[in-house]
Amino acid sequence: MAVIAQILFIILTATALYLFGKNLLKIRRNILIGKAGFVNDQKAKRWKNVFLLALGQKKMFKKPIVAILHLILYVGFIIINIELLEIMADGILGTHRIFETYFEQFGFASLYNFIINSFEILAALVFLACLVFLIRRNILKIKRFLSKDLNGWPRSDANYILIAEIVLMSLFLMMNAADTETHFIISSSLQPLFSGINSNTLFTIEHTAWWLHILGIYIFMNYLPYSKHLHIILAFPNTYYAPLTPKGMMHNMPVVQNEVLYAMQPELAPTGGAAPASFGAKDVMDLSSKNLMDAYSCTECGRCTAACPANLTGKLLSPRKIMMATRDRLEEVGKNMDLNQKFVSDNKSLLHDYISVEELRACTTCNACVEECPVSISPLDIILELRRSLVMEESSAPQEWNSMFSNIENNFAPWKFAPDDRDAWTKQV
Amino acid sequence: MAEMMASGQTPEVLFWVGCAGSFDQRAQKITKAFATILDKAGVNYAILGKEEACTGDPARRAGNEFMFQMMAYQNIQILNGYSIKKIVTTCPHCFNVLKNEYPVLGGNYEVIHHTQFLQELIEAGKIKFTDSNEWKGKSITYHDSCYLGRANEIYEAPRKVLESLDMELKEMKRCKSKGLCCGAGGAQMFKEEEKGDKRVNMERADEVIETKSDFVASACPFCNTMLTDGIKNRNEEVTTEVLDIAEIIAKAIQ
Repeated sequence: MAVIAQILFIILTATALYLFGKNLLKIRRNILIGKAGFVNDQKAKRWKNVFLLALGQKKMFKKPIVAILHLILYVGFIIINIELLEIMADGILGTHRIFETYFEQFGFASLYNFIINSFEILAALVFLACLVFLIRRNILKIKRFLSKDLNGWPRSDANYILIAEIVLMSLFLMMNAADTETHFIISSSLQPLFSGINSNTLFTIEHTAWWLHILGIYIFMNYLPYSKHLHIILAFPNTYYAPLTPKGMMHNMPVVQNEVLYAMQPELAPTGGAAPASFGAKDVMDLSSKNLMDAYSCTECGRCTAACPANLTGKLLSPRKIMMATRDRLEEVGKNMDLNQKFVSDNKSLLHDYISVEELRACTTCNACVEECPVSISPLDIILELRRSLVMEESSAPQEWNSMFSNIENNFAPWKFAPDDRDAWTKQV
Repeated sequence: MAEMMASGQTPEVLFWVGCAGSFDQRAQKITKAFATILDKAGVNYAILGKEEACTGDPARRAGNEFMFQMMAYQNIQILNGYSIKKIVTTCPHCFNVLKNEYPVLGGNYEVIHHTQFLQELIEAGKIKFTDSNEWKGKSITYHDSCYLGRANEIYEAPRKVLESLDMELKEMKRCKSKGLCCGAGGAQMFKEEEKGDKRVNMERADEVIETKSDFVASACPFCNTMLTDGIKNRNEEVTTEVLDIAEIIAKAIQ
């Protein structure tokens, strides 16, 4: 019987890890369809960003209360998962609290108790933090959670994660409580619930909780690639690859730079050079891999949208929605690639089918969204790449912008003034 | 600049006036105020005059990279032709492009914004204020320009300049890295706003009015226009005047 359980555990673990790995590789493939790769200079500065922003959650602390609750979940997640080591060892070897046995043998029984007590305190805190978050999301009227951006699946996704955490923590505590030989700090107070139940039943309860807990963890792990919750992994590479240049700086387009150079100095033009395929980004494969990783790293918290001047004043633009649309389109392109081995045109694109012209035109490029993002996502970069495609590929610009372009071209200023009057003000000083 | 070149002089700094500063009637006042300060502080400067052209910022942000590259090419040719080393500008949009976007195209200059330059001049004692300047004790709020603030993380220089005048600096709720845009950036200045329930400059004007300050300081000709329009719309122009930091300093100077 015990051997069957061990084999079952090993098969379950292997399957969970296999599926998880497979999906992560698929995400990696999707990210790498981006046109431009990652910039990896100044490594020391990049690691500093990982430590401050991802590990240290620096930007989260702009909202201290939420930051502390989030920190509990985060620390809880990492620390409690150390217990997974013991659970895995027990599952594979068919033992019961194998570390406790070893700790006792070497005279560290109290250390084992201390560790499990810490896990339990964290588990209880995580339980409470998740409850508060559920209330914030569903009962309190917080604008960034009420937003229509989250209608449908995204809102359920957020709730499923919180409920899953609560269930996992409950199972962990129940498992410890049903183990009446132990007296840990939180679970011991649950033990009166089990008084009068015979030891066989208790054994079954403990084992059921143990199995459900590990099963829950495997399900949660495999849910991640489909969820906004993927940020717990991608926050790290995403902050590492965050641009180190000033936020105001736009990417240069060497292709256009050279076109202009050859027009001005034809002697420099190479003979027989092929024209570039397209300018700017119409679809996800025209964006950079960093843009695409941004989309997978987004946990849809909406801090960007809450700070966006366009969104604040009722315009259609929502930076969060830009990121969600990019991920949705990328997933669609990924499925297309799964089906056809390579991407086969589906007559759809990120621009128009997922993100509308009106949204793009509302952006003031103020960088508030970029500044707000706790994990260094830039919705602005995507907006600007799509704008480039609109203007340079489709010649689509509002009439006033076309006038502005022609004024710059003819009068060297965005307004229709005579270039000769540029220094007219000097006569009045 | 051409005249200086012809007579063999090299200016210490080039004042990049920008299109708004050159042509817009309101922004011209800022230009003149800054030029006056430079004169009084004894700064040896030049302007490109008719040879200056739009940096290409609004074209690039609207998506027209060709137009941007053309303007950048022309400007860099001129600037490099005069061997310009240092540029000061009163426009954060020009500042951002000259400082961050021209180097990769072959235009390498030390670029500073006029608020930074003013701070340097004050700290070096080159600007002396009159004993009884009209700003003392007046309250002022400062509106962060996105292209100075978040885009280039210049939050302190403009504030230091205002504080040097013994003015009472009142911050808006959204300031520094959280500062709210005036609504002009990203080439919005040159088009109607998209459909919404409020104009961005009205939202910001309301925040300015909320501080009940005597003045609001801007450091960008576009922010200046947007805030002036917004405040005017709320019939508040009598109580809160929008002034560029250069205009404030010019009035306080000996």
